[in-house]
Amino acid sequence: MASVSVLDELKKAQILELLEQGKRVDGRALDEARELTIETNAIPKANGSARVRLGDTEVICGVKIQPDRPFPDTGDRGIFMCTAELLPLSHPTVETGPPQPPVIELARVTDRGIRESHMIDVSKLVILKDKSVVGVFADNVVVDQDGNLFDACSYAATAALLVAKTPKWDWVDEKPTLVEGEETPLPIETIPVSVTMGKIGNHIVVDPNGDEWASMDARVTITSDSNGNICALQKGGSDGFTQDEINQCGEISVKVGAKIREKLKAAQSGSQ
Amino acid sequence: MGGRDATMVLLDENGIRCDGRKVDETRRIMIRAGGLKNADGSAYIEFGDNKILVGVFGPRDVHPKHMSNTDTGILRVRYHMEPFSVGERKNPAPSRREIEISKVIKEALEPAVMLEKFPRTAVDVFIEVLQADGGTRCAALTAASVALADAGIPMRDMVAAVAAGKVADTVILDVNNEEDQAGQADMPIGYMPSLDKITLLQLDGVLTPEEYKKCVDVGVKGCKIVYELQKKALNDKYFGNGGD
Repeated sequence: MASVSVLDELKKAQILELLEQGKRVDGRALDEARELTIETNAIPKANGSARVRLGDTEVICGVKIQPDRPFPDTGDRGIFMCTAELLPLSHPTVETGPPQPPVIELARVTDRGIRESHMIDVSKLVILKDKSVVGVFADNVVVDQDGNLFDACSYAATAALLVAKTPKWDWVDEKPTLVEGEETPLPIETIPVSVTMGKIGNHIVVDPNGDEWASMDARVTITSDSNGNICALQKGGSDGFTQDEINQCGEISVKVGAKIREKLKAAQSGSQ
Repeated sequence: MGGRDATMVLLDENGIRCDGRKVDETRRIMIRAGGLKNADGSAYIEFGDNKILVGVFGPRDVHPKHMSNTDTGILRVRYHMEPFSVGERKNPAPSRREIEISKVIKEALEPAVMLEKFPRTAVDVFIEVLQADGGTRCAALTAASVALADAGIPMRDMVAAVAAGKVADTVILDVNNEEDQAGQADMPIGYMPSLDKITLLQLDGVLTPEEYKKCVDVGVKGCKIVYELQKKALNDKYFGNGGD
């Protein structure tokens, strides 16, 4: 981890002082996420896409859908995969080259939240059992950063999957063959929503912005599904949470998640 | 990998699990403090069929130098699985999974270690999974805490870890490999009992809000059991007869 800059230390003191009075640097309530704007189908060459802004954090997700070989032990299921990458234009500190551990974590946590919610029924994405299945790849690129990349990537991928249209393939002449003009939405079972909370001192804040992100002691990302169940969690950062705090974060994530789910639904119906 | 259909019975009508345990029972746990000659501190753990060796070096000079911090010491953790530790040979190069686990274990240990006492130095924790059978990150974190204590590095507490989970709609303690593959949820927890602080927490699988709270509770209780065994391992080495 890079050493903390003097500026971040000064900001942290100010952020903590405000939190003692129940206030945040940007005037939000503690359990209030930043404004979320979702532009769907931003990339027409993708099978589904979304450009998402969460405050000043911006992510573009493109979904590509194509025939693939199944994994050897899961021939009766299609493939879903979600990635995340920081573009060098997103922040002066981003360097090109192999991904560093924080970026690997970002990609894996984003993937896990959507995968574990069973958002996509992959059993319906089989072209020929054990031979050929449909692969759904949701690739996120971060284009601007102001904290909380976890939720921004999750919303971008979820929105892109919600509006994606999958082509149809039949097994003809020993290979998957495109059936022209037959496009359907993906088999969507639920809408996962990731909510990341930062712990600063003894305060829990929803959707930390860049300054809060640099100041926080620990964080937790909790994903809930349309039924209000919790389906994935990741704690990070160099401090811990009490058992009470973890229970409280679970409740906040379901409550805040429900509001954000409505925005994702609105983006989905707006694209049709 | 939740929700896979398995012919195996994960929980029978008497509440007994596939390996004969009750729902609130851990696997057999054996922890040994020390054992390695060259490391500053070390530990070995057998957690069910998991076998993990941990070596600690430091506080020592930081290389490369630019990683050092003038305000505090830094902790570096490498979690690594041997090619022969799992069913099919694993590529020895670090996978994305191993890189993520290294990071979460590092962040689970940081609250415990008084790194601020050793500015400009590094403490290196090397975790080698010799045999894996579900729950390696918890077993590794448990052993790493003992190895850090064995190295004599000042700590606020030890982190004890075990997973809670859900199989057959029932919350269970200490998820084994079969239960992880075929079960409904897996929640690894790392906890500092003296400070009531959860420092490692992950979840995959669907839980209702009630089950979520119960899982955290069952996991924290399990950590307290593991904690006693960590203390016993250190006691045995430094105050008992089995020391080296």
